[in-house]
Amino acid sequence: MNELWIATLGASALCFLLKFLGYTLPESILNSPRLQRVNLLIPIVLLSALVATQTLTKESSVVVDHRLAGVAVAAVALKMRVSFPLMMLAAALTSAAVYNFL
Amino acid sequence: MSFPRRAVLRDSLSVAIPVGTYGAAFGAAAVAGGFTVLQACALSLLLFSGASQFAVVGVMAGGGTALSAIATGALLGIRNGLYGMRMAPLLRLTGIKRLLGAQITIDESTGVALSQENRGEGAMRYGFFATGIGVFVFWNLFTLIGALSANAIGNPSSWGLDAAVPAAFLGLVWPRLSGARERMAALLAITLSLALTPVVGAGLPIIATVLIALGLGWRSK
Repeated sequence: MNELWIATLGASALCFLLKFLGYTLPESILNSPRLQRVNLLIPIVLLSALVATQTLTKESSVVVDHRLAGVAVAAVALKMRVSFPLMMLAAALTSAAVYNFL
Repeated sequence: MSFPRRAVLRDSLSVAIPVGTYGAAFGAAAVAGGFTVLQACALSLLLFSGASQFAVVGVMAGGGTALSAIATGALLGIRNGLYGMRMAPLLRLTGIKRLLGAQITIDESTGVALSQENRGEGAMRYGFFATGIGVFVFWNLFTLIGALSANAIGNPSSWGLDAAVPAAFLGLVWPRLSGARERMAALLAITLSLALTPVVGAGLPIIATVLIALGLGWRSK
């Protein structure tokens, strides 16, 4: 089995376990404000790190290329409250234009 | 208990359909990142949680190990467990229904269920299942469509797919950046992940940012 299958099935199994665990653990765990704050921040830090690394890194170096133009347009679109699919389309078209024509 | 079934269904579908079509972006991103069409579809069927799926694809496409992809995906999946804790007393599921209910416990199904609170518990349950099942059906259908079309187009850069993935992450994090603490966390995470990229293996710079969440979340101020 290759790495991609291990990642696919391993992450699927673990994520299902986490979902299922929620139905078996008592709700009182949720009452810890500390846990609530950390839990609120975890998606934020991971998603922000993914934005940064997917936009600005290639292998193990930091690079600036066409992707940054696309993501910058996405940020503007989000600020303007454009719908999700339209925002992604704008990002893709911008990045593709810079990649192909500049 | 009676509730306006049509109104709840309309609320559910107005979330499920746009979110589901966004599965096409995932399918395309997965294939552009080196996954097969079958693997892309397996992630949507079995993992079924957008942010975790994109994370697994992003880490692997960036050259990370399966272990760091699994860890990042799972860390993003913790919140579904917390949704489950919130939904369990409302849904009171047992046996096979609990297994199926757990699989569709995601941002959208929980969000719609909670938004129906003023219509009563029946509406909340109906909203949960209508949204969860709706997203599941459309998300998987569009994953397949996206994966097949990405397979057909060749170089992902010339179609902007390599920018669409971080744009998707940006769209997922954007509505969460409401307060100063949240924005600080995002800024620190961006800085730390870029600073660590030349130093440690792919995937680890992303997981390392959990320390920021712990550090900032631990204190009440």
